[in-house]
Amino acid sequence: MKRLAKLGFVTAVLAATCSSVWADINVGVVVSTTGPAASLGIPEKNTFALLPTTMGGQKVNYIILDDASDTTAAVANTRKLISESKADVIIGSSTTPNSLAMIDVVAENKTPMMTLGASARIISPMDAKKAWVFKTPQNDAMMAGAIVDHMAKAGVKTAAYIGFNDAYGEGWLQEFKKAAEAKGIKLVATEAFSRTDTSVTGQALKIMAAKPDAVLVGGSGTPAALPEKTLKERGFKGKYYQTHGVANADFLRVGGKDVEGTMLPAGPVLVAHQLPDSHPATKSAVAYVDAYEAKYGKGSAATFGAHVWDSALVLAAAVPEALKKAQPGTEAFRVALRDAMENVKDIAGAHGVFTMTPTDHVGIQHGVVMVRIENGTWKFTP
Amino acid sequence: MDLQIALLLGQDGIVNGAIYGLMAVALVLVFSITRIIFIPQGEFVAFGALTMAMMQGGKVPSTLWLLVVVALLSLAVDLWRMSRGDLVNWGASLLWSVAMPLVAAVLALVIKPGALLLQALTTLCIITPLGPLMYRLVYRPIADATVLLLLIVSVAMHGVMVGLGLLFFGAEGSRTPAFSEAQFQLGDMTISGQSLVVIGVALVLVGALYAFFGGSMIGKALRATAINRVGARLMGVPTALAGDTSFALAALIGAVSGLLIAPLTTVYYDTGFLIGLKGFVAAIIAGLASYPIALAGALLVGLLEAFSSFWASAYKEVLVFTLIIPVLWWRSRSSRHVEEDEE
Repeated sequence: MKRLAKLGFVTAVLAATCSSVWADINVGVVVSTTGPAASLGIPEKNTFALLPTTMGGQKVNYIILDDASDTTAAVANTRKLISESKADVIIGSSTTPNSLAMIDVVAENKTPMMTLGASARIISPMDAKKAWVFKTPQNDAMMAGAIVDHMAKAGVKTAAYIGFNDAYGEGWLQEFKKAAEAKGIKLVATEAFSRTDTSVTGQALKIMAAKPDAVLVGGSGTPAALPEKTLKERGFKGKYYQTHGVANADFLRVGGKDVEGTMLPAGPVLVAHQLPDSHPATKSAVAYVDAYEAKYGKGSAATFGAHVWDSALVLAAAVPEALKKAQPGTEAFRVALRDAMENVKDIAGAHGVFTMTPTDHVGIQHGVVMVRIENGTWKFTP
Repeated sequence: MDLQIALLLGQDGIVNGAIYGLMAVALVLVFSITRIIFIPQGEFVAFGALTMAMMQGGKVPSTLWLLVVVALLSLAVDLWRMSRGDLVNWGASLLWSVAMPLVAAVLALVIKPGALLLQALTTLCIITPLGPLMYRLVYRPIADATVLLLLIVSVAMHGVMVGLGLLFFGAEGSRTPAFSEAQFQLGDMTISGQSLVVIGVALVLVGALYAFFGGSMIGKALRATAINRVGARLMGVPTALAGDTSFALAALIGAVSGLLIAPLTTVYYDTGFLIGLKGFVAAIIAGLASYPIALAGALLVGLLEAFSSFWASAYKEVLVFTLIIPVLWWRSRSSRHVEEDEE
């Protein structure tokens, strides 16, 4: 927060001297505030109200559009932001499928983009198009690795997977399979379900027939509670794991006592106030949670919004570098911004520490903690 | 797959099928009487379930305010029609625009029910009048339009209601406690009380509809309207009343379905659409005409869904909607349907 305050001061001085010379920085935002991914998009959108209004001495405009969790709308919004609003950088979208679809548009228009989607496929393998894309959320692979490590420690030999029948679920399945095989954990059943399903009895029965030691649910938000509830109802006694996609208060409300004891990997921000002071993300995470809850009420902060916070931190570090080379609103500025973002170092955000390189556009360290659901709250387990 | 799994899947399929069946019956009912293909039917399910959940969360359900606004609008429209010299059936208007919303408001605001059944009753009192009020505001002015136009309006209403649902209930889903926590042991299969409640209520509702259409005067008048609108009007059957009644029944059936599934699954503001769509498939199997075939079709859809979710969960939706094609092909071969005459 102090860093931001300092930035704000410098900004104010600079703004007074030269704001009339340069154009504003336009940040185009595409988030899913309606539709199935709305539980991600709403805290993300809310976070923009907490962000600095100036960066590197320039006024920053956030132009926020909703893509209704729809890929076509995400692409259309991106085009609109770039062509009509003259966006210098795009933040979004909330989900992996939408972000993947937006890559072509931003690459074609030479505009850097910071995705809020989770899948590693958005930024790797690195190629000419993906060079324009950066990502602050942890890769699925990191999260899957943390889960598998925990399983191995808990003595799990066989595991089952049930996930969304979309890019989120598929991505997790691949990462989980890879990580599990490396640790010698056998995947005995893989099932899929859709976010809108009202029943997953068939899948649950198939999983139980395979008798795994543990089951991982690859879903996000409240829909991920359904498989776990169904398995509990049918009497499955194994260990339950969820992904970080469920880390919001609504999941706890809908899951109730059926999700007690579930383990999940999450960004440190989820348990900000329980983190030890030695954790590098503690300061920024606490700052984010406090700022968010001061504005939107106690217990309202979700990890998804913190990805926006982190994106803004990376952006704020890169903007002054880019401003040295060109003015906002030009292609030269966007190229310079992309180059600067690729070289940011040791930015301590709410989800971890970011150091980008030309080959690694996530560059997050200290980004995962394991969390257990206990008495209807998230409990940090070191 | 062994017998036990097959039985469990069958049970799941039948419970879901019962809900789809209720949807199908409501769709057939509305279409046969008003020629409206009622796409927003599923939204009543979500509204019903989430209204109940909101009440359990200790909040005044937002749908109550919707009801009040829509009731006032409808009343204003009726007053305006009277001022133009149109004949207004004040009995029906007062019932839907004043009496029912009043009852709902008293229940939700004054009594604030704590018991499960009373909460359910309040939900029904809030959701049911929304049906006829929607008919009065949206469909009555275009009651004589083509089926296509009515369908387009239905699609628009679906969009409006999903949007309102998001506004009222938020993006995340809710669950409600079960009406029955009982568990029955049948051989080595466990049957939950809630699934029996679902099937029981579905059967009772369909039975009641059967008796209503076969035995009561209003039911017979509705059937007359369904068979021949102009003829029924000549015989003195008020066809606007038919619209009110069929929409009230559709909303009631929707709300009941919502209350039934809310304890079994998480309901979201947009859950209704897919449930409605599967009910629609069942209604299409029945040619939008026959209640028993619609029920059978719904069971077919439910069972298909349950078994395909076991064998190939990733392709469940595709399988369900693809396997329907041969059925539709057979239906279209075997039924001689009369093209609706366009005036």
